[in-house]
Amino acid sequence: MQLDIQSVSKRFGDFQALRNVSLSIDSGELVALLGPSGSGKTTLLRIIAGLETPDSGQVLFEGENVSDLSARHRQVGFVFQHYALFRHMTVFENVAFGLRVRKQRPSKGTIEAKVRELLHLVQLESMGDRYPSQLSGGQRQRVALARALAIEPRVLLLDEPFGALDAQVRKELRRWLRRLHDEMGITGVFVTHDQEEALEVADRVVVTHRGGIEQVGSPAEIYDHPATPFIFQFLGNVNRLPVRLHQGAARIGGLAFPAGGFENAQDQPGIAFVRPHDLGISAEGSGGIPVSLRHAVVIGPTVRLELEGPDRLTLEAELSRSAFDALKAHPGQALWARPVSVRAFLEDGGQ
Amino acid sequence: MTRNSSRNEPLLVRGLLICVALSYLGLFLGAPLVTVFAEAWAKGPETYFKALGQADSLAAIRLTLITAAIAVPINLVFGLCASWAIAKFEFKGKSLLMTLIDLPFSVSPVISGLVFVLLFGLQGWFGPFLAEHGIKLLFAVPGIVLATVFVTFPFVARELIPLMQEQGREEEEAALMLGASGWQCFWHITLPNAKWGLMYGVLLCNARAMGEFGAVSVVSGHIRGLTNTMPLHVEILYNEYNFVAAFAVATLLAALALLTLVAKSLMEWRFAAELNSTRRL
Repeated sequence: MQLDIQSVSKRFGDFQALRNVSLSIDSGELVALLGPSGSGKTTLLRIIAGLETPDSGQVLFEGENVSDLSARHRQVGFVFQHYALFRHMTVFENVAFGLRVRKQRPSKGTIEAKVRELLHLVQLESMGDRYPSQLSGGQRQRVALARALAIEPRVLLLDEPFGALDAQVRKELRRWLRRLHDEMGITGVFVTHDQEEALEVADRVVVTHRGGIEQVGSPAEIYDHPATPFIFQFLGNVNRLPVRLHQGAARIGGLAFPAGGFENAQDQPGIAFVRPHDLGISAEGSGGIPVSLRHAVVIGPTVRLELEGPDRLTLEAELSRSAFDALKAHPGQALWARPVSVRAFLEDGGQ
Repeated sequence: MTRNSSRNEPLLVRGLLICVALSYLGLFLGAPLVTVFAEAWAKGPETYFKALGQADSLAAIRLTLITAAIAVPINLVFGLCASWAIAKFEFKGKSLLMTLIDLPFSVSPVISGLVFVLLFGLQGWFGPFLAEHGIKLLFAVPGIVLATVFVTFPFVARELIPLMQEQGREEEEAALMLGASGWQCFWHITLPNAKWGLMYGVLLCNARAMGEFGAVSVVSGHIRGLTNTMPLHVEILYNEYNFVAAFAVATLLAALALLTLVAKSLMEWRFAAELNSTRRL
C-alpha cells in the first residue's frame, strides 16, 4: 500500500515532536525510521497508526486521507516494543483476537485455521496453549507479529521491535523479519535507534533528528554519503578532524583531500569526518598526521587503536589483526595516521 | 549465603524474636478474638442463639446486609470508572480527583457523618427541601447507605489505580489496532487484567461497609429494629449490660473479619501465579 505523510507536525506541551514532516513510502517497501530517542520517530509511527493525532498535516493511504479514520478502522498492524500481548489470554487467543472482535466475525473453523496458519508462519505451532508469561522474549515478539498479521493489515508498523531482546535473538529475528517481508510483500515501517538494524533490514532508511527528517536513502547511500554531520556521527564511530577548507580542498597536517562543494572557500575552518577503518596507520614517516599510540584493544578479528594526535586530539583507528601485527606497535610509539577518505563540513554545519 | 547465616543465628536470639512477635500478636489480636467468642458462649449455645434470634438483632443483621449490598456495588462501579479514567487517560483535574478519592481515608468517620447531618438535617442546606418533599434521609436507611458509601468509596479505587497504572495503556492500544471497539477493549482487556485487584478491593470494601461505626452512628439515630446496623446494635446491647447478646452479635462481625482474611489468603494462594502475571510481564 502506498503511504504518504504530508507536512505533519505534532507538539506535546513545550516539546515539538515533529515539525513539518513529509515522506512517501512505496507499496511493498520496508522502511526504517532511524534516529536517537526524542527525534520523533515513534511519534510519526503512532500518527500513521492513528494512535496520535497530528496538529497539522495529513496521512494518506493509497492517496486517501485517513486523518479522520480512527485507529480501529485503519486496518494497520502494530507491533509494540514491549509486545503488549494480552497477558490473560493464551497465544492462540491473542492471535485470534483481531478476528473475533470483527463486526462480521468469521466462523470458528475459519478463525482456527487462520490462527494455525499464522502460528506456523512464526514457528510457534506448539505454543498455542501457553500464556505470554511462559514464553521467551523472542517468542513473545513473534506472537505479537502473528497477532498483527491476523487482521491482514494494509501496512505493518513496528515500534523498536527488537529493542528489548538480547543481541543473539535480535540478530536472528532481524533476518527472519526481512525474509518474512520478502515473502509477504507487505508495506512495512519500523522504528529503531540501532543503525546496524536499520542498515541491515530496511530497503530505505529515514534518518530523523529533532522532529525532522535529516536524510532519506538506501542503506548504502546513508552510510557512504551521510548528508549532515549529525548522520555521520550517528551512524557508528567516527573521528572528527579540524581542517581548513580552501578552494575545494580540505587540508589537514600537510595533506589535502578533495572537498566537493567548497570550491569558493577561502581558508575557512571546517570539520572532516573519517571512519576508524578509513584511517591508515603506518610506522614510517610517509606523511599524514603525527600521532602516538595510547593503547590497542583486540576485538575478535580487528584491533581498535586509540591514538593521540596534535593538540590533544584523540583518534580512533581500526585495523585488521594481521595489519596490526605487521605494525609491531607498542603504547607510546609515534605513528602516522593517514585518512583514506574524508567528508568535510563547515564548522557551523554547512556543506 | 543469607539463608545459612540466618540459620547460624544463636538459638536464643531466634527464640526470643519469635516469642516477642507471637506474644505481640497474641496480646493484640488473639486475646480480643478469644474474648469475643468466650463471652458470647459463656452461658451456653442456647443463650447464644437466642441472643442472635432476637427480632432487633435480626433487624440489625438485615440492615447491615442491605447496606453492604447497596454500597459495595455502587463503589465497585465508581471505583472501576475512577481508576480507569485516572490510570488510562490524561486530563485536567486528575490530581484533584485522586485527592478527593482519598478524602474519606483522611477524614474521621464521625466528621463524615456530621457532614451529612449538616447537609441533610432539618437545619441543613438541603433539609427544608427534603422535608417539603417528604424525603427522609437522616435517621433512616438512605442516610446510613449514603454514609457507608462515602466512607468506603476509596477501597476499590485505591486497589485498582496502582495496578492499572502499572499495566499501562499498551494492551488497550493493541486491541484498538486490531479493530476492537472501546467497549470490547474494556470488556476483553481492561476488566480481565484488573479482576484480581477488583475482587480484592471489593472484599476490603465489603468488610468496611459491614463494620463501619462512626459515620453510621451519627446519621442513624439508633432506632432499634429500624436504623441499627450490627456495630451499632453491639454498642447498645453492651451499654445495657446485655453482654452475652452484645458479644453474640460481635462474633458475627469477627467471623466476617476472619472470613475476609481467609478469602484474601485463598485468593493469593490459589491464584498466585496469575496474580503475578497480571502485575508483571
